[in-house]
Amino acid sequence: EGGHGPYQPHEPGYGLDQPGYSPYEDEIPDAQARMLAIKNAKAYLLKTSTKSGLNVYDHFATILTKILDEQPANTVDIIETISQDVKWAQFRKKMDTLRDEHLIPPTFEAAEKCKALFIKETGEEEHEELDEEMGEPALPNVMETAFYFEQAGIGLSKDECYYIFLAFKNLISVQPIQTCRFWGKILGLEMNYIIAEVQLREGEEEEEREEEEEETVAEEEKEMGEGEEEEEQKEKEPEPPKSTYKPPPEIPKEANGTGTNKYVYFVCNEPGKPWVKLPPVTPAQIVCARQIKKFFTGRLDAPIVSFPPFPGNEANYLRAQIARISAGTHVSPTGFYQFPEDEEEEEGGDTYEENPEFEPPPVAEMVESLAMWAHHVKGILKQGRCVWINPAQKSEEDEEEGEEEEEEEEEERQEETGQPLLTLISEDEGMKNIPAWTAQASTNLIPEYSIAILQSNRWPGAYAFASGRKFENIYFGWGHKYSPESHTPTLPPPAEAEFPSEPGITEAADPTVEEELAFKAAQEEALAEDEEEEEEEGEDD
Amino acid sequence: SLNCLDWSLLTPATEEVLALAEEVKGRFQGDPSFEYSLAEINPEAAARLVQSGKEPVMKEEARLIATIEQIDRAVGIVPRGAFVKTPLGSVHENRHFEGLSLVEAKKLSSYFHFTEPTNLKNKTLLEKADLDPSTDFLNSLEHDIPQGKGSWSIQLEKGGSVVVLRSLLWLGLTFYHVPMTKQFGYVYFGTGEKNLDLPFML
Repeated sequence: EGGHGPYQPHEPGYGLDQPGYSPYEDEIPDAQARMLAIKNAKAYLLKTSTKSGLNVYDHFATILTKILDEQPANTVDIIETISQDVKWAQFRKKMDTLRDEHLIPPTFEAAEKCKALFIKETGEEEHEELDEEMGEPALPNVMETAFYFEQAGIGLSKDECYYIFLAFKNLISVQPIQTCRFWGKILGLEMNYIIAEVQLREGEEEEEREEEEEETVAEEEKEMGEGEEEEEQKEKEPEPPKSTYKPPPEIPKEANGTGTNKYVYFVCNEPGKPWVKLPPVTPAQIVCARQIKKFFTGRLDAPIVSFPPFPGNEANYLRAQIARISAGTHVSPTGFYQFPEDEEEEEGGDTYEENPEFEPPPVAEMVESLAMWAHHVKGILKQGRCVWINPAQKSEEDEEEGEEEEEEEEEERQEETGQPLLTLISEDEGMKNIPAWTAQASTNLIPEYSIAILQSNRWPGAYAFASGRKFENIYFGWGHKYSPESHTPTLPPPAEAEFPSEPGITEAADPTVEEELAFKAAQEEALAEDEEEEEEEGEDD
Repeated sequence: SLNCLDWSLLTPATEEVLALAEEVKGRFQGDPSFEYSLAEINPEAAARLVQSGKEPVMKEEARLIATIEQIDRAVGIVPRGAFVKTPLGSVHENRHFEGLSLVEAKKLSSYFHFTEPTNLKNKTLLEKADLDPSTDFLNSLEHDIPQGKGSWSIQLEKGGSVVVLRSLLWLGLTFYHVPMTKQFGYVYFGTGEKNLDLPFML
């Protein structure tokens, strides 16, 4: 008002400073009344809200300050959000006086665990000496493998891979390990498993075997002792008829270091958690694992409720699945491994060594024909082992009755042969019309650096790659075999007959009264006849 | 698309095609024009098709579309509060969705199927009182069969900064959500087959 000076007639503001002509006509002309109106308006704006203790005036002031400070783009579009943010900020400020208890976020706790992985060990000098003795580095280069698999589109995130790498380093420093490999990751319901395939140094394995033998001997002695007590008790009571059911002789598991137990496996739920060793697998477990299909929960001591009842808990089931997957899907380029020359092939040589003269075939060939790949793990027979064993030979505690029967059964059970080691995977059967393996090159655009990738269709989640001399197998998945038909659980067997049918036990209807009378009459007749005969004979005399 | 360069548009599937696709079992071939012979799988449907003048085959393209539709319907999930329903009935994204809290993120009940709700009316009155009609208008995940453990595996990764749900019914469907942020989503990597053995596996 009047601050612009008198306007000349040709200027736009001319005449507007006269009262009555100003653009703001609806304003109260009287200065005093205007001041009062302004005061009233301000008082209204300052009125405190009953709900939150804020008032519109302060709120607007804060918003405007914020807008002028930050100067965001498109302010009018986000004005509501700004208003909400300011209100939220107000809320927080008021709570400061109370000082919430400092909640430790779980991210922090997890980071603490991982921190242990990152700490360098103090005994570094000793480790360096050991490394020189052993020659080959035992620590697998997880990051390199991860890089190759990433080209195929498979793998874990770089972060996780690095954590796994560090966890492996820990494992090696704790356990006496000769070679070690990242086997893969199996998903579970509550937690996942990260699995390391390991070969322990030789001395350690023998120690374990001795321990196991001692345990089994102690158990046998215990059983014998108990058996004697039971027999004494039984003599007193009349025994119920003994069942003729004899469980099939237990097939002994393969020794550590051969066949299915060639490698020892360690698992952990997450990198940073302690590594747990999985027990060696028994053939009975493998046979049962073939018949059931269960999710892993993530806890190693969880029981497996299934039919046929699985002998063991989740740790055993996990080990059995790992054995099956390894036997089914671990492959290498043909020729990379060869039998040592002095080994007879008839025995189904279990050992193989690297072929120093191996020339890696070009990637295109590896993709086109599956004959360029070969299994380097022995397949598992139906019995559950890699090497067939005749269980009748080993049974030393036979009872006297069964010898003849067993001899007959021996003839029936034929020796099972599986595929010998180093068979080409082109001989793997597919299911229906699905081939067992799918091969691809990682990229068609840069053939010089592409790698050959194999996906297994029998075990979805098993992958292998090869590039020049490097190759690797890995598994990421749920741990189940693929079957085109749905899984049908085995039906329970028909209930066994409890007792063999003997005259003393079998039921028979009691003879009716007429039958009894008839029988009695017949008997009397027979007696009478006899008497008559005797009388006759007597008379004859 | 087969090579991420050339993309072809898929037409949405009809109910018949969906029903047929459920019959076809086995892996996908990788060739969209591959034809499954329906005569082996479902002779009735084949006969019907022949009568209506078409050949008794099913193209892999159609099977693909049907599978995608099935997966979306069965296991497409969103966190609670991400979508709101207006009183007029239309559903749209909630711009003020700030993510679930850590405690909420671990519970199956804070995730919903993103399809037509079917069992909202079956809930007891007590439960209904707790519901907020603008956000709780979809089926919750809690009631997925089988009861109890359900058909989902819920895990916290990276020390609790990401929550990952994996479906056990369609193996390979993974849903992720970063608590206290707006980020969530789901992807499917897998063979495209329903896991019918689920009841035996739990």
